Amino acid sequence: MPAPQHPPRHALKRLGLAVLTCVAMFGSTVQAAPQDGGILNLIAQPEPPSLMHGVVTHVSTQYVSGKVLQGLLTFDTDLKPQPVLAKSWSVSPDGLTYTFDLQPGVTWHDGKPFTEQDVLFSFNTFYPEVDKRFGSIFEQFVAAIDSSKPLQVSFHLKKPFAPLLSSLGSGLRPVVPKHLYEGSDLRANPYNLKPVGTGPFVFQEWKRGAYIKLAKNPHYWKQGLPHLDGVVFHVIPDGSSRSAAFERNDVQVLRAGDADYSDLKRLGALPDVVASEQGYELYAGLAFLQINTRKPPLDNPKVRQAILTALNRQFIVDNIFFGAGRVSQGPFVSSTPYHDPQLPQYAYDLKKAKALIAESGVDVGAVRIRLLNGEKGGAWERLAEYTKQALQPLGFKVQVVTSDAATWFQRVSDWDFDLTYNFIFQIGDPYLTNAYLYRSDYILKTSPFANVSGYNNPEADRLWNQVVDTAEGPQRQKLYSELENLLNQDLPIAPIFEMRYPTLYHKQVHNLLRTATSLNEDYESVYLDAPTP
Amino acid sequence: MNGLVSLGTRLGRAGLMVFGVLVLSFLLIRLAPGDPALLMAGEAGVDDPVFIANLRQQMGLDQPLLQQLLLYLGQVAHLDLGYSYRNQTSVWSLLAERLPATLSLMGSAFVLSSLLGVTLGVIAARARQRRHWLDGVISQGALLLYAVPTFWLAMLLILLFSVHLDWLPAFGMESVARDLHGAAWLGDRLKHLLLPCLSLSFLFLALYIHLTRAATLEALQQEYVHTARAKGLRPRRILFGHVLRNALLPVVTFAGLQLGQLASGALLVEVVYSWPGIGRLMYDALAQRDYGVLMGGFLLISLLVVGFNLLTDLLCRWLDPRIGAGGQGT
Repeated sequence: MPAPQHPPRHALKRLGLAVLTCVAMFGSTVQAAPQDGGILNLIAQPEPPSLMHGVVTHVSTQYVSGKVLQGLLTFDTDLKPQPVLAKSWSVSPDGLTYTFDLQPGVTWHDGKPFTEQDVLFSFNTFYPEVDKRFGSIFEQFVAAIDSSKPLQVSFHLKKPFAPLLSSLGSGLRPVVPKHLYEGSDLRANPYNLKPVGTGPFVFQEWKRGAYIKLAKNPHYWKQGLPHLDGVVFHVIPDGSSRSAAFERNDVQVLRAGDADYSDLKRLGALPDVVASEQGYELYAGLAFLQINTRKPPLDNPKVRQAILTALNRQFIVDNIFFGAGRVSQGPFVSSTPYHDPQLPQYAYDLKKAKALIAESGVDVGAVRIRLLNGEKGGAWERLAEYTKQALQPLGFKVQVVTSDAATWFQRVSDWDFDLTYNFIFQIGDPYLTNAYLYRSDYILKTSPFANVSGYNNPEADRLWNQVVDTAEGPQRQKLYSELENLLNQDLPIAPIFEMRYPTLYHKQVHNLLRTATSLNEDYESVYLDAPTP
Repeated sequence: MNGLVSLGTRLGRAGLMVFGVLVLSFLLIRLAPGDPALLMAGEAGVDDPVFIANLRQQMGLDQPLLQQLLLYLGQVAHLDLGYSYRNQTSVWSLLAERLPATLSLMGSAFVLSSLLGVTLGVIAARARQRRHWLDGVISQGALLLYAVPTFWLAMLLILLFSVHLDWLPAFGMESVARDLHGAAWLGDRLKHLLLPCLSLSFLFLALYIHLTRAATLEALQQEYVHTARAKGLRPRRILFGHVLRNALLPVVTFAGLQLGQLASGALLVEVVYSWPGIGRLMYDALAQRDYGVLMGGFLLISLLVVGFNLLTDLLCRWLDPRIGAGGQGT
């Protein structure tokens, strides 16, 4: 009996190599089919005050209710609008009419059909009442919102309003169910705590202080979606406990801010963890030093320029925020098309800062400067201490005043500070967010996110008004450039760094960061590798 | 009859005490800067002055302070603790939702620390009498536990038992996504309770050990113990029938005082373990200047502390009938 023929050893090697090559070539591109089932565990911190982000724009509220309620459209990571409840849209040649065709066959979670009446109610009644900023913008630019046929809605503008799509797709304007809100006190409506939407997940339970449970919407209007059986948001108030919960895979996702910056590097290096900065393209964070320009010596622009020049912002990014950002390039975030790349920069230069102080002719040490430090976390406390030390060589006498969040909120709103750190999310067009920090009609004592610096420059006001009346294009870009240069010179707000948002998640989670609206999207296509029961 | 009068007097004093706590807390929390209406508007992303003024009016914050106080006391007299505008629900329902979590944590920590503490204290005292090394181990161990900050100990326990060993859950009081019933449900709750309970118990455990050890050593020197021994009573009977009954008096007094401290200790433990109790509710309410919830929490805790102290008094009288009978109690 002949001995069995064994393939020669070199042939086996070749075969092995070929298999490995195939795996290397195709393995990374061929993705396994999404699996259905499993619960995704997330952290909602701080605990949201409401679950209706049309009423409360709190970051946690958006995170939770973004899975339940949906808007007309969203933005992909290239900032291109993508359909959600609007199937498609068109803009008239004069830019004055936006027509949205709505998705057919959509129902609310209570079984009622979603129609154009819901959209009309949302934008004609709901938002003008609950959001005065939105209401005043709409009053200024929108002539009428109407519907000429079922499942179609048209926005008729008085004059071109370039940020309209940004405004509708920001993730902050979900369509609300008319049949549950009409005729009620919109802010006290019980459905703000148990939202009814059109999204892939249905509100199930909120146990305050512990968790919020969402279940799969079995009647979701997109066939075969969502993949997950549910989403649970855990309320975990302590940062170290949040890190431990993520490390144990009790929660699968850690948002920027959930853990201390010093912990992110360690957690991101864990073997089954992915760290990504994608998904925040529409929410471009800008951290800045807010300067109260009402009193000497901070009423002098040269002094303000000296302050920014004396701050080593690269040091701040690298050593205080552990690399979670990049040095700011100007008043508008540099990743957005509204920023002027030619803008003069305030590079760190102590000599130049001293020269600017000398040029101003002001004795900056004559009065004590109060740097009001809010309760934003360890990194911000270190930043306040660093600022105090960095400004000492210029002759400033800086006193760091630490307060809890509520005190900080009130004191900044009351203009009771000299310097304080704050940040905003620039949602696309600066007119929708940054403008409130600079426009003189927003010198208000009602919010830290108004013009609390007291900046009042008629030329800047004129440019803001002009820019919003101008359609997208080179002329608008030129106006924005002119405006940014002016703000960069006056510096009522010293931009420090553009915040990066590292999201950490376990490798078993897929399709997590698909749009530019951070983690607030609806998660219809998110799935888990090994769904847990 | 005398006993009833005495109880009535004590109840009256306790009522006055709670009233004083209410008035003082009301005034103190309003001394802190921070406007609830402004904060709520900020969370909602609203900076409309009219909206904020309306909110202030709705909350009664536009009234003079004295009027606000009188209004609140009137509400409390009608068992109405007010409304939390931030949470959009009544303060009663918020407290009722959180109370079981706090009571289970405080109750289990109280039982564990007192039983274990007394037992270890007695063992240490007996060991001390025999000059056994066990006394040193227990006493020094207790000192170590006492010296460790609660929140740090809690973090260490999480790292060891949850992250590294993966034996126990790291947060919460139940496995949310699992539908458990019966024994499985109870087991799950107990697993979640163990680490928070241990963290909260350790501080008090040390105090119980030291207190019991000292009181037992002192009692062991008393003449009635020598007499009992001379009469030929067995050591166990002497210990449990004579020594412990007398040694427990200071321990019981301390147990009454412990409740107030437990409430404050529970706050830290609740934060670290995400335990949804009253402490965390109050912590959040303070950050949000939710006056109604804060006052409700103060009222509840003061009622618990005063009630427990009253109970301690009664227990001490039962343990030592000389107290309150005109005799010289210990």
